[in-house]
Amino acid sequence: MRMTPSTQPIRFFHRGRIVDVSGVHPTRSVLDWLREDVRCTGTKEGCNEGDCGACTVVVGELAEPGEKGAVGGLRLSTVNACIQFLPTLHGKALFTVEDLKAQCGHGHDATRHEKHPVQRLHPVQQAMVDCHGSQCGFCTPGFVMSLWSTYEHHQEGGTQPTRQQLADDLSGNLCRCTGYRPILDAGQRMFDLPGVRLDTAPVVEALASLKHDATFDYAAPLGQRLDHFHAPTTLAELAALREAKPAAQLLAGSTDVGLWVNKQFRDLGDIISVGDVAELKLIEERGSGAAAELYIGAGASLENAFAALVQRAPSLTDVWLRFASPPIRHAGTMGGNVANGSPIGDSPPVLMALDAEIELRRGERVRRMPLPEFYVDYMKNKLEPGEFVQGLAVPLSALGRQLRAYKISKRFDCDISALCAGFAIAIDGEVVKEIRLAFGGMAATVKRAAQAEAALAGKPWTQASVNAAKLALAQDFKPLTDMRASADYRLQVAQNLLQRLWLETRTNDPLPVEATSVWSVMPHAALEAVQGA
Amino acid sequence: MNKPLDPSLFQSAEAFADYLTNTAARIDAKAEARAHDDGARVGISRPHESAQLHVAGEATYIDDIPELAGTLHCALGLSPVANGRLTGVRLDAIRAMPGVVAVLTAADIPGSNDCGSIVHDDPILCSGDIRYLGQPVFAVIAETRDAARRAAARAKDALDIEAQPPVLTPQDAHARGQYVVPPMHLVRSTNEGGAQAAIARAPHRLKAELDVGGQEQFYLEGQISYAIPKEGGAMHVYCSTQHPSEMQHLVAHALHLQANEVHVECRRMGGGFGGKESQSALFACVASVAASKLQRPVKLRLDRDDDFMITGRRHCFWYEYEVGYDDEGRILGAEISMVSRAGHSADLSGPVMTRALCHFDNAYWLPDVAMHGYSGKTNTQSNTAFRGFGGPQGAIAIENILDSVARELGRDPLDVRRVNFYGKGENNVTPYGQLVSDNIIHELVAELETTSSYRTRREEIAAFNAKSPVLKRGIALAPLKFGISFNVKHFNQAGALVHVYTDGSILVNHGGTEMGQGLNTKVAQVVAHELGVSFESVRVTATDTQKVANTSATAASTGADLNGKAAQDAARQIRERLAACAAARHGGEASQVRFANDKVEVNGRTLPFGTVVGEAYLDRVQLWSDGFYATPGLSWDKDKMFGRPFFYFAYGAAVSEVVVDTLTGEWKLLRADILHDAGKSLNPAVDIGQVEGAFIQGMGWLTTEELVWHPKTGLLTTHAPSTYKIPTANDCPPVFNVRLFEGQNFEDSIHRSKAVGEPPLLLPFSVFFAIRDAVSAAGEHKVDPPLRAPATSEAILNAITAVQAGA
Repeated sequence: MRMTPSTQPIRFFHRGRIVDVSGVHPTRSVLDWLREDVRCTGTKEGCNEGDCGACTVVVGELAEPGEKGAVGGLRLSTVNACIQFLPTLHGKALFTVEDLKAQCGHGHDATRHEKHPVQRLHPVQQAMVDCHGSQCGFCTPGFVMSLWSTYEHHQEGGTQPTRQQLADDLSGNLCRCTGYRPILDAGQRMFDLPGVRLDTAPVVEALASLKHDATFDYAAPLGQRLDHFHAPTTLAELAALREAKPAAQLLAGSTDVGLWVNKQFRDLGDIISVGDVAELKLIEERGSGAAAELYIGAGASLENAFAALVQRAPSLTDVWLRFASPPIRHAGTMGGNVANGSPIGDSPPVLMALDAEIELRRGERVRRMPLPEFYVDYMKNKLEPGEFVQGLAVPLSALGRQLRAYKISKRFDCDISALCAGFAIAIDGEVVKEIRLAFGGMAATVKRAAQAEAALAGKPWTQASVNAAKLALAQDFKPLTDMRASADYRLQVAQNLLQRLWLETRTNDPLPVEATSVWSVMPHAALEAVQGA
Repeated sequence: MNKPLDPSLFQSAEAFADYLTNTAARIDAKAEARAHDDGARVGISRPHESAQLHVAGEATYIDDIPELAGTLHCALGLSPVANGRLTGVRLDAIRAMPGVVAVLTAADIPGSNDCGSIVHDDPILCSGDIRYLGQPVFAVIAETRDAARRAAARAKDALDIEAQPPVLTPQDAHARGQYVVPPMHLVRSTNEGGAQAAIARAPHRLKAELDVGGQEQFYLEGQISYAIPKEGGAMHVYCSTQHPSEMQHLVAHALHLQANEVHVECRRMGGGFGGKESQSALFACVASVAASKLQRPVKLRLDRDDDFMITGRRHCFWYEYEVGYDDEGRILGAEISMVSRAGHSADLSGPVMTRALCHFDNAYWLPDVAMHGYSGKTNTQSNTAFRGFGGPQGAIAIENILDSVARELGRDPLDVRRVNFYGKGENNVTPYGQLVSDNIIHELVAELETTSSYRTRREEIAAFNAKSPVLKRGIALAPLKFGISFNVKHFNQAGALVHVYTDGSILVNHGGTEMGQGLNTKVAQVVAHELGVSFESVRVTATDTQKVANTSATAASTGADLNGKAAQDAARQIRERLAACAAARHGGEASQVRFANDKVEVNGRTLPFGTVVGEAYLDRVQLWSDGFYATPGLSWDKDKMFGRPFFYFAYGAAVSEVVVDTLTGEWKLLRADILHDAGKSLNPAVDIGQVEGAFIQGMGWLTTEELVWHPKTGLLTTHAPSTYKIPTANDCPPVFNVRLFEGQNFEDSIHRSKAVGEPPLLLPFSVFFAIRDAVSAAGEHKVDPPLRAPATSEAILNAITAVQAGA
């Protein structure tokens, strides 16, 4: 393990070349660096908390050979620049709205500047102009970057997005002026204009030259102090660093930690970033027979982790698409969501319904426990000093039950749940053989409804049993009232979601989802993911 | 295993329209192209003048202006208490923090500590009375924005406050009789005994209450001012504001300067929606005071959370009403009290209430009506303008009443609305005495009723509901009539400057501000049309108090009406001079000279526009001009609330269909059909953008956008987009049919167009009443749903529970 006090510069690809940055504090955001340090002001700050998308940029990394969704050898992901710390860009490429016209060459505008060639707009940009997709224009660069990501991914695959896919891709971008219809129009029109593709070769070459196997160590002063940013590349190094520096802040997607800095001015001190540990991003099926499991490395992005779950359990599609927004799901990790332990995190209810185990590591020691045991109290868990979440394991047998995940929030997209339910049920004849009822938003931690489960286990799957379970739910949970929902609403809906589960899974005349969910009218193109296309 | 989902489930009930279909349905591109070839530059769907800059990230907002050397950054220290008395401020620790240059308080303001727009009751920085949680008490000026924010965040450790319990709700303020402006009464009676007698005589009566929440503007660009000290104590302020002249005056007062020593400039805003009409002032004043004191440029850009905590928004309203009606649902008498949450100061709450009272009638003849408006003083942010400016709050009350009346009578709400419409030769005077002379609501609604298949779909919905145990659908049509003009007569004026340069290029400056609504695009079109030149020849520059003086706020939807006319006046004067010059040089009558398509036809010859301009310069003709416009025919007696406050009315209607989940209260908008009156549109694409944007924005107000103040502390807990939910792309209905009504303004407005900024904010009433219809279906339409706005899923489920209990 290297922990040289000397500081390596942050090196990344930006606007056609590799840039070296040093001296900036490790928690400086990509957005502040862009706007204040290099005066690239195309990227805007709307909320400084990853919720409006005005700061959307695209980060490029070298893709694995044959990686699904890669674009010309690159993995391109939208992220919110306001909550990404600059050192996390080390070894990557940063694309902003300023990069688009640069791909397009010059042309003559017959109506203007006849003598001087003008730089052409990228098809994404031209389509936005043609479809009247901007009004005040402040959210526009963020939309353009989300659309550009969509554009490159579909061009690579030779496909075009549906209107629904476009809306889902844009769910992290707020526009207050247009009402979105013209932007969705632009998302279709951009494919009808002459194509322009990112020349990835020089980017791939630059990123290859930046490839590093050793821990990236960056440090910069804060007053008299030197704050470190460590980004190990192997699990062993991560484990060693974590043990050596148990007080350091562990950083995954920084979708929450970024807010601590931006909004609460929290002093993080040294940071250990898990983002460069490839082993931690692994998602694979392991074991066989009763021990077969889907293993999700703690560093796997929410997007990839949910995709893997949805591929095996299509009924989880809605909760996947409704988990924050694409830029958050690209940056954030399922391990981080679980470790964070918020009572309103949406992964734990799903994982608890799936009997998931959490895998913890300290040094060489690896231990596992059922997820419900991990949570002790509000934002308290069983992690010991020097220990970290290494992975999540979902038994494949649990994926064989009937599964439902219901998220209740004020808005469909990118909202924090008032409550979120993960249900699993196995019915033998008329009898409930196995039942898992996990809820977020109902208590200080996400937890299973022990008494409601007890009221159903081994009982006939009938309205009478459901009614008994509803009563038991009121014993399981004493939810709070806050700005998202009242205690009464939370409990009433939790009970009604049991009713919905029963309506959808009862043995006699189960209702199709079109009869039970208002969201069923949305033509979500989850089929591809579901079928593993 | 879960069985794979049936692929048919991924299909929506009705397919999404593609972009070509959407465009074709909205804009007649061929007709526009023909008109353009004939020389027209208005009535053309020109893209936003900054569109190419927007999409490239090259449009300059105030935070993008290159900073001058020595620029300092400001952040505000906010009160952590909602009501009380400031007894001590300890700033030494904050002054000692890294990067902090100065900490300023009210004592540092050289002029008056007030930024109130009408009533002078709005301190810039707290001078003793703590009025709301979030009130700015001091300003930190530091070398970096981060340092300023970190220091300002220590406010709660630096302030000693004797706290008192806050007054938070309009009901509470009303009960205490505490208002920011005196109560208002708008009463009209056609019968002896007035409204109460008419109600008493009516065959049926209805008495109820209604709660309608407020709304955060959520402009994507937050409040920002950048103040630069100039020689002789003068100040140059770049301010994201809808009202540069008012900023000029308030900064001058704060600095104790003359107006001619303060220069305010705004190229564009990243959205305004009313939130930057009066409330940009506090930030302009603080930045200017700091820049003046330190003699360095000072930028004050708010973090989003601070923006929520400091600034006000759309007023929430609470109503108590009683109406009497006949068997067909005709309203015979109505009495209503409206109580708004004004917040801690008057701001624009008085005018907002005036407009609310003047829009309670919406599109309906109310023979006997008594309206009472109370602007409740509360310990919350001072509420202000927001698109519609009280109009939506006034109109939604009568719509709720008619919806209830229809349900009580078992009639279709459209039929009840229709029998109440203003007449065309009778029953056509508003409660405030204005003749409704341009009524097109009958034909507009009839057309939409047909094109939306309203009646057929209502039957289909009834059939769906009969066999759907969990999900219920609902449909509603909502009409609108909206008065155009400032209710205050003297605001209805505007000025413009048009420069023609010797190369034939044209620069336009006017008093309106660009916040995304396309005002500059429309004004440029008017000038291009007047001078017969291509769009590309005309450039509109930043709104600037040194160019056009004494401007009105860009508000009340009047931007294009006023500034378009003023710019037309300026351009017309230049055109007339050019025509006279060309006729003198080339012969023929000046009145026969024609300007079109960058050519000038004079006495049988066709010359390039630039050539004629060049000749005129040589002939020493003035190639620039000012222009002025004052809306004719307006009158308003604010004490009697009587007169002709509006130049004309804009109309529109929308049909919405929703599906509601009776188990959770979740809902989804399935389809919306809109027919809106923009007169003869100056730019159909821009106007449709306004209509659609307002529809989705207003839908947010009435559904997902909920403001929650902590009932004890007065803390606004919905303080950022993480907790305050405006619509996203998935909230846009899959079927969204939007058209402009074929017609023109009966009044001589700019090219017979109509204002379009605010009126369509009433269109999403149809969403609210469609939800109400679906909720009603959950109780077999036997119980009038007690639904509040915003109709969050929780509010919907509560209403469903109530109708099921009562059914």
